[in-house]
Amino acid sequence: MIPDVLIIGGGVVGAACALDLAEAGCRVHLLEAEGLGGGATAAAMGHLVALDGSPAELDLCRLGVERWKALAPRLGTALEFDPCGTLWVARDDEELALVRPRCEAYQVAGISAEMIDARHLHEVESCLAPHLAGGMRVPGDAVIYPPAGARLLSEAAHRAGARIETGTPVATLEPGGVRLMDGTRIAAGAVVLAAGSASREFLRHLPLVKRKGHLAITDRHPGFLRHQLVELGYLKSAHGSDADSVAFNLQPRPNGQLLLGSSRQFGDDSPELRPALLRRMIHRALDYVPGLAELNVIRCWTGFRPTTPDHRPLIGPMPGRPGLFLACGHEGLGITTAPATAALLTAQILGRSLPLDPAPFLPSRFSELAHA
Amino acid sequence: MPRVFVDGLTVDVPEGARLSAALGLPPVACRDLSGAPRGPLCGMGQCFECRVTVGGREVLACLTPATEGLEVRRG
Repeated sequence: MIPDVLIIGGGVVGAACALDLAEAGCRVHLLEAEGLGGGATAAAMGHLVALDGSPAELDLCRLGVERWKALAPRLGTALEFDPCGTLWVARDDEELALVRPRCEAYQVAGISAEMIDARHLHEVESCLAPHLAGGMRVPGDAVIYPPAGARLLSEAAHRAGARIETGTPVATLEPGGVRLMDGTRIAAGAVVLAAGSASREFLRHLPLVKRKGHLAITDRHPGFLRHQLVELGYLKSAHGSDADSVAFNLQPRPNGQLLLGSSRQFGDDSPELRPALLRRMIHRALDYVPGLAELNVIRCWTGFRPTTPDHRPLIGPMPGRPGLFLACGHEGLGITTAPATAALLTAQILGRSLPLDPAPFLPSRFSELAHA
Repeated sequence: MPRVFVDGLTVDVPEGARLSAALGLPPVACRDLSGAPRGPLCGMGQCFECRVTVGGREVLACLTPATEGLEVRRG
């Protein structure tokens, strides 16, 4: 039997789930407390990136990027889909030595990747500093505009029959449904919790913490940059547990603006900018792209990534709570992996064949959830 | 009274003024992607709406002193 599905959260993950579930024949009702794509989605860079923190992560990214490519023509130009690819940059020979095995791992996972030596690095991206050692190009990666992504996915879900309701905060989860802040009870065969960091407000014991990030954007300089650039040390920052870290990450927006990241902080729940960290982030970028020093940053902002202890999202049934499914905790990969999350979750809810191994993402992998 | 040049036009501004004073009324510094005019809003270097080019470098008109002979290009 096909259940009615209620989705809590209208970020990119909730919206992607709404579309897939509606197209699979479910009667879908999405409840967003504020506006569509207004939380971590709006703060994100929008880099569709194959990241290999683990084989499972790489597989989820691969499916996510593939599905975004298929979705892009449907969703229209407001998505600002740009197949710019990623150029991973090595600072020195030690980092460059990691490129060959990494390329091979990508190829095994079915993702195209090529080594770039120091000599060709400048032909590929002329703004890079002369001392850099080389890199790895992943031509299949891309960029979108995340808040538009959430809105366009929601609109597509609406066209497929989903009911999308904004400005409607949920108060509590109840067996067989939810209760809204205004006291209304809504029953559903399945409830999907896709509220990012706010998911903990409904399940206090979820292993989720907020990991703050800073971003900065310049005004328009078309042609300055072709690929999204990321330092090869990025994974160390992304998957490390340091209180504060920065990693170089620079993205060409389709309008010519340059979007600069990234920082990661635990234990800072204030949205305020931290100038010292922003300075570290910018100085890091100047090591790779010295010409940035001539440009103006015109806006800066922060956001919060919902982070689990093993940096993998929570996707699947919540143990001990029949009918409740999680789709949250995507940290910095929520944009990339939203359509993959939606595909996996839809198959789990409907008992259909799964698009990838669900085990690395199951909520039950955490003992505090397994015994709930 | 310093004299500056804005897109080739001669503009005299009061001593001690910033370049935003030379942008006319309404003051136009640059244009957004739709072609709509943008200009000084906050007047204190926060909004970045008054970006102009001086000597090949992008500066904020509201923070840049209008010194004698400056050539200003609007975006």
